[in-house]
Amino acid sequence: MSHRVRVNPIACEAHGMCAELLPERIVLDEWGYPMLEEGPLHGSQLEHALRAARACPTFALLVERERGRGRG
Amino acid sequence: MSASSPTILETRPVDGVQPPAPALPRLLSGIRAQGALSLDEHLAVHGPLPGGGGGRRRAREHGMMLIAEVERAGLLGHGGAAFPTATKMRAVASARRRGIVVVNAAEGEPASLKDRTLLESLPQLVLDGAIAAAEAVGADEVIVCACESADVGIESVARAIEERRASSERLPGLRLATVPGHYVAGQESALVNFLNGGPAKPTFTPPMPFERGVAQRPTLVNNVETLAHVALIARYGAAWFRELGTPTQPGSALVTLSGPIAHPGVYEIEHGASLASLIRAGGGATARVRGALIGGYAGSWVGAAQLDGVALSNEHLAPHGASLGAGVVLLLSEAACPVGETARLARWLADQSAHQCGPCVHGLDALAGTLAELAGGIAGAGVAQRIDRLASLVARRGACGHPDGALNPLLSALDAFQAEFADHARHGPCAACSRPAELPLPDRPPSDATSRDRPSRA
Repeated sequence: MSHRVRVNPIACEAHGMCAELLPERIVLDEWGYPMLEEGPLHGSQLEHALRAARACPTFALLVERERGRGRG
Repeated sequence: MSASSPTILETRPVDGVQPPAPALPRLLSGIRAQGALSLDEHLAVHGPLPGGGGGRRRAREHGMMLIAEVERAGLLGHGGAAFPTATKMRAVASARRRGIVVVNAAEGEPASLKDRTLLESLPQLVLDGAIAAAEAVGADEVIVCACESADVGIESVARAIEERRASSERLPGLRLATVPGHYVAGQESALVNFLNGGPAKPTFTPPMPFERGVAQRPTLVNNVETLAHVALIARYGAAWFRELGTPTQPGSALVTLSGPIAHPGVYEIEHGASLASLIRAGGGATARVRGALIGGYAGSWVGAAQLDGVALSNEHLAPHGASLGAGVVLLLSEAACPVGETARLARWLADQSAHQCGPCVHGLDALAGTLAELAGGIAGAGVAQRIDRLASLVARRGACGHPDGALNPLLSALDAFQAEFADHARHGPCAACSRPAELPLPDRPPSDATSRDRPSRA
């Protein structure tokens, strides 16, 4: 079972903690909002991602199990 | 604003015997220049909606058959995204909880009049489509969502609902809600959020409306024109529907034609009809044309040199980087400055952001600023790279499709009007820059305006 990270862009307020704690997958854009590298998390990345998600002041970083996504 | 009187484009001769006729008009059959068709008049044109009756199990079977028919018809949504209608219907039908049908006629698109035309002129066809869809997915409630500015359409639908109730058919609950007029209010999740008592702003998905929508119930949100097509497919079937259009985009579409044209208005075309035939049906262009914006303000520009070959279906438009979207064809006259128009549109689109997602708020604002500098000839070197970079920072980073949609007309304008942009970058404003703007960019209420749900009188 693989995991991935996702940002809720409505909740995100550009605190930037995620890029500190998961630099291997997240960089900040010129306004401080996270840009995520797509794809499943590897090795220690899952642990780092979970720590980053817990540290996000607005709970905008989500660690999700990979699943088929619906759309409308 | 009221829709101008709709006109009908006939791309094939009418045989005399109908319905069901393969030829146009379909949706616009029997339409009057003024006023709505009554229930009796509507039934005289199309006959009664088949199905209904029998027990719950029978209704369920009938519903599944209608969904299968819509799937065979290949009906795609007419709100802009061209998503397969049957796929959405099946999702709501197969959910455990009872569904709700939301008729989306919010039409925040300034260059589109087709949805309000349907509300104003053919409200019984609109209700037919909603009722057929409700039966198909097993929903017991229908909410018709109209833009608060569509006052004639709102009156017309309210009257149509009363007429339906008086005819004492077996009906789902029918109500009317007026929604704020801002651009993103018609986005599915924004509509659902509004109907649930929140602001008409997009929400983070999933859950998608078909999973958890109005009152937490599975919700079928379809554009009003899409449902009008469902009303006809329920009567005449998938094979009839496919007699017009292309294999991948069957059927007809309502198109709002505007700009320097003798008779601007709403036309019904066959998917794949040439742009030239639409312009002829509109009485011809009244000025030389510099380009056409196809699909609406989330659509794309096609320059004059390419316009001859344009046909109005998504597969025909794809090589031009365009799609039919919500059925908008807006011609820009030779007298207009496409650079100035693009800069103004960019600012308007930035202002229409729901101001929820950082990349949309900052990115569209920065793009609008850069395009204004470009139009003024003060952008400096490296402006093309700056625009590319901003576009990549905006794309796919919003909760809704607005930032991505906004990129379409801005980036396609840079392509379609290369010479004009290069000229402005070097020499600043041109002679045409001081003429009045052509693109309609209405003042819109801020996106946190809270027009309330207005249940229709029982």
